[in-house]
Amino acid sequence: MNTPEPNNAASDSGRVLMMGNEAAGEAAIRAGCRCYFGYPITPQNELTAYMAKHMPAQGRVFIQSESEVAAINMVFGASAAGVRAMTSSSSPGISLKQEGISYLAGCRLPAVIINVQRGGPGLGSIDPSQGDYFQATKGGGHGDYRLIVLAPASVQEMHDMTVQAFALSDVYRVPVMVLADGRVGQMMEPIRLHQGPPPPEPPKPWALTGAKGRPAQNIRSLYVQEGELERHNEVLQACYRLIGEREARLEETETGDCEWLIAAWGTCGRIAKGAVRQARARGIKVGLARPLTLWPFPSARLAELAGRVRGIWVAEMNCGQMLEDVRLAANGVTPTAFSGYPGGRVPTVTDMFKALLAVVNGNHGKGGGAPAPAGAD
Amino acid sequence: MAEPRCGYHRPAAMTDVAMHYCAGCGHSLVHKLLAEVLDELGLRERTVGVAPVGCAVFAYFYLNCDIAEAAHGRTPAVATGIKRAAPDRIVFSYQGDGDLAAIGMAETIHAANRGEAITVIFVNNTVYGMTGGQMAPTTLKGQRTATSPLGRQPETMGAPIRMCELLNTLEAPAYIERVALDGYEGVLAAKKALTAAFRTQAEGKGYSFVEILSPCPTHFRRSPQESLKFVGTEMAAQFPVRVFRREGAPVNA
Repeated sequence: MNTPEPNNAASDSGRVLMMGNEAAGEAAIRAGCRCYFGYPITPQNELTAYMAKHMPAQGRVFIQSESEVAAINMVFGASAAGVRAMTSSSSPGISLKQEGISYLAGCRLPAVIINVQRGGPGLGSIDPSQGDYFQATKGGGHGDYRLIVLAPASVQEMHDMTVQAFALSDVYRVPVMVLADGRVGQMMEPIRLHQGPPPPEPPKPWALTGAKGRPAQNIRSLYVQEGELERHNEVLQACYRLIGEREARLEETETGDCEWLIAAWGTCGRIAKGAVRQARARGIKVGLARPLTLWPFPSARLAELAGRVRGIWVAEMNCGQMLEDVRLAANGVTPTAFSGYPGGRVPTVTDMFKALLAVVNGNHGKGGGAPAPAGAD
Repeated sequence: MAEPRCGYHRPAAMTDVAMHYCAGCGHSLVHKLLAEVLDELGLRERTVGVAPVGCAVFAYFYLNCDIAEAAHGRTPAVATGIKRAAPDRIVFSYQGDGDLAAIGMAETIHAANRGEAITVIFVNNTVYGMTGGQMAPTTLKGQRTATSPLGRQPETMGAPIRMCELLNTLEAPAYIERVALDGYEGVLAAKKALTAAFRTQAEGKGYSFVEILSPCPTHFRRSPQESLKFVGTEMAAQFPVRVFRREGAPVNA
């Protein structure tokens, strides 16, 4: 059952005006999330508040936990019991959840984690950032595991990807992270809400529901018998390979004839579209590759694009994180340049266009030197 | 209810697997009492347990009920998630002293403070057993461990934490009791306490907590018999054995 349309904004176009954080909360409810556990942290507080208001009203579970550590472990418990569960936080809080995420992955438990990124390292800032790419896509917690990582650039995508996260998580039995940032979380845009039933929930015969009419079962990640952990890890890796083959998504803008390629994700990817328009207006053939999934990374398609452009410019609100995956995909066939905005500043279209021009004109560091600080273009 | 039978029998809630516990360890006894209580109250088929990190991590091999393995100290948070997702299940959290009173102190206190309708079984043997006998939050003053080789010095290491007393300051808990596995009568008392705790949960009365003072001969560096004596005397002197809370009301000493 869906929640009532938000009061603030029902319109005859079928769209509602919502903040990104709230749009994620509403998406979770519409996706059949039965339990939400969270702890306050800026800039995602509206999401927790939304769930506090709407989950109990629908007979679902909301707990403000004592810590992010507890919240992710409550998600673990709810998921182990076989229900859809979610937590959300922002960068420092997501660091605290890494232990639990590793256990979820090790136990093959579905879960949805929303990270509304803020600046780091440490307490950093409360401004938007993309500094958690490495943490989200390369591990974060201990051991060999992967999360599916989705990267929204708008309130609509924040909503849609949250619904999608529940579906993917259940299908593959992996935790899924929606890697948003403070800009996407805080801004308001008109969106279309998910209609109809939640994504289908596959049977969960592994869930702990009490050993009635079947042998007792357990959910664990400890495998100490010789060879046992190796076999377990092979099962995980087989699942990750399948996800890699099926789920990589890349949004392309003007890539059909492009000579230069911008690679950017999330908020930076959205702003880069403006830079593409400005460049095209001047006759510069620029295209944009915006990964919608950061893991699995759309490497194969990026490699194809890399093979036919004069160079790739990567722009991120960090010091060069996705840059590494772009370089791995390009594998040296074309030069890469980078611009980073690591201080909580969101670049403008003009900022990005100027930096792009420098790349095209050969005034920007080629071949992948040290990341250029923001404004150094 | 299990069919009454004469003589010793293995509870249905226990598997036929040889336990890894050391000779004289209290865990095997607590497992058996727990299994008997689940049988006698007819709860096994709707019970979900949470196993800790520590000596009892393999509880899922010995107990014939559904069990999740939690990260160290997170057991009450995992139990909270299970119980809230499935309120008609019986959920217990089985923890040692390091798990419950050190790394998991926050989860312990807040689960109790929310009055989660779970049963927490706290096996206090004053040491980290699995990792080699290090000092625990409940290690006695002067007690020698791998990490307090000269004995626990309260000036720098703090004094042993009394968990029942600490939780008894909260409003929500329904049942709190400490028992000691110091001999035959202590074993019977422990079973009675576990029964009361699970009954509290089954009757929808809220959070229940049973602390069981338990022998660890290996790290006490004592024989099993001497270890029982240690539990009944030195440990019980630091940790008074009694009911602290019943039906949500404090019980005077």
